[in-house]
Amino acid sequence: MSEMAYWEAIRRAHDEELANDTKVIVMGEDIGIAGGTYKATSGLYQKYGDKRIIDTPISENSYVGIGIGASMAGLRPIIEIMSINFALLALDTLINAAAKIRYMSGGRVSCPIVMRTPGGTAHQLAAQHSARLARMFMSTSGLRVVTPRGPLDAYGMLKSAVRCNDPVIMIEHESMYNMRGEVPDTETFRPLEGAEVVREGHDITLVGYNYSVHLCLAAAERLAKDGVSAEVIDLRALKPIDRETIRRSVEKTHRMLVAEEDEAAVGVGSEIISVVIEECFFALDAQPMRVHAADVPVPYNRSLERAAIPDVEDVYRGALNVLGRL
Amino acid sequence: MNAADQKRLLREMIFYRRFEERCFEAYMERKIGGFLHLYSGQEAIATGVLEVARPGHDYVISGYRDHIHAIKAGAPAREVMAELYGKETGSSRGRGGSMHIFDPTVRFMGGYALVGQPFPLAAGLALASQYQGTDQIAICFLGDGANNQGTFHETMNMASLWKLPVLFVCENNLYAIGTRIDRSTAVVDQYKRTCGYNVPSSQHDGQDIEVVMEAARNAVDHVRAGKGPYFIEFLTYRTRGHSMSDSNAYRSKEEEQQWAARDPILIYSKRLKQKKILTEEGIRDIERSVQEEIESDVVKFAEESPEPRVEDLTRYCLEERDPRWVGPLQQGARHE
Repeated sequence: MSEMAYWEAIRRAHDEELANDTKVIVMGEDIGIAGGTYKATSGLYQKYGDKRIIDTPISENSYVGIGIGASMAGLRPIIEIMSINFALLALDTLINAAAKIRYMSGGRVSCPIVMRTPGGTAHQLAAQHSARLARMFMSTSGLRVVTPRGPLDAYGMLKSAVRCNDPVIMIEHESMYNMRGEVPDTETFRPLEGAEVVREGHDITLVGYNYSVHLCLAAAERLAKDGVSAEVIDLRALKPIDRETIRRSVEKTHRMLVAEEDEAAVGVGSEIISVVIEECFFALDAQPMRVHAADVPVPYNRSLERAAIPDVEDVYRGALNVLGRL
Repeated sequence: MNAADQKRLLREMIFYRRFEERCFEAYMERKIGGFLHLYSGQEAIATGVLEVARPGHDYVISGYRDHIHAIKAGAPAREVMAELYGKETGSSRGRGGSMHIFDPTVRFMGGYALVGQPFPLAAGLALASQYQGTDQIAICFLGDGANNQGTFHETMNMASLWKLPVLFVCENNLYAIGTRIDRSTAVVDQYKRTCGYNVPSSQHDGQDIEVVMEAARNAVDHVRAGKGPYFIEFLTYRTRGHSMSDSNAYRSKEEEQQWAARDPILIYSKRLKQKKILTEEGIRDIERSVQEEIESDVVKFAEESPEPRVEDLTRYCLEERDPRWVGPLQQGARHE
């Protein structure tokens, strides 16, 4: 085991997959000579050269499309988009092309691309650099969506994503690149499906993904001081969702709160509440609820920004609300 | 080119015309659904360009008017027709339809319904060829309307910057759906639009297959020699509307008649008669044999093929089943 930062884990996955298979290439803005905005590809250009580590112009829709075309001809591109906001420019090639080519070719053509991008609210980056948008990808048939919460999954899920023949969207978080965690020294793969129970408990299930798992874990600590035993589930993958792990947990705890950083409408929270109602409605002792962002574009001002997105206090109070203790 | 090849090319174009007109009939009989965009009038371009390329070896990609590009690239016509009928034996197993013909066994990498989307996909196919060190090129067939999408500009830039082996074939039929080119496009000559990206280009008559072949040969040679992308524009005209739902009210009768006189099959038939390669009777024999082949093979196969099974609805959505990559996660195995 070695402790490493989230960005170092991603870089290590790139490095190992590039070394393992010459079909792997990396594309994106500033990922080569500049080493990547979050250093996740640093040093790769020097090691693997400009044929495999491709600095692209700022043309998201078309460089993603070029990656998709290359994947149809046998390459396995890892494509970085600098911010999930910019992924909106590439929705035509991601959603109209990558997600649909396998199906509309009757399974005859695959698009094994990985698109990695940070989605989340960081430090006063304002409305056009703070989007989360996971809900847009998780609602698209033909994609896989993964949301690693720490270095181990960032490393192991990226490696699996590169080897998987489906298009995979890996959503990272601007505030998590320096988060540290243990990663095995031996090569490790982490599956692209399956939620994980990251803290066991029996009074309430807190469901999170990516950054919001950490809010749930911190809230669970506070709840423990109040004598409440909270179970925390990391969804890990938003598409497909692991309904079974959610069901098993809620049948045990009988209460559920889901925490998402995104706006509420048509989102992760509404989806998880639907899963709970469909899977185990009669196991519930209280209505399932969600903690989510305010229904506004993310403001620049730090106080307003913090007020717009959920924090540990919000998850803690949300849990107390579900427990009927507010 | 010898007489046999010239006869074959004329037969191919007559076959393609009859194929498309037969689609029209099947559509009117409601055996084909959805949107249907016919290639009639533009046959010399797909036929001529792919005649001088290497179908089956080179990658070919198209927009939604894709039946004939697929067939000339090597996709069996009966499978294309079966796809239009939505059958399991179709090129895309009935999941794609008219606008999404795929046959990767001959490297026909699909028809796409988002205007301009194939530009970057074609460049990506070319990037893979270049990276793998093969002599395959990518050939991208699109209409004039596609050049007003951002993907045109973004892709020209990257294809030129990286010297990708991609041939962009612009079939300028003068109308983007129902809007005439001079009403939608500031620069009407499409070949002029690539100069900002240093992509060499030229403009040619798209109705005379011999002109198409000669121009395309130069362009294909340029791309295959590793000199980077090439943009070739052919002026052409579709004899039918944009799609089946098109009243064609935006084109004048005079204009249609002018272009009818320049029908590619008419031009080439006349030439082969002048050269004494074919007689009028010989041409009628070709038409009869094409008709016979389309009815007894192509349409019969489509009609008699099975429908996809409803139980297979979600098949082909995601491929990966390998538990090492996909999972599910073994609970308790965390933080090994």
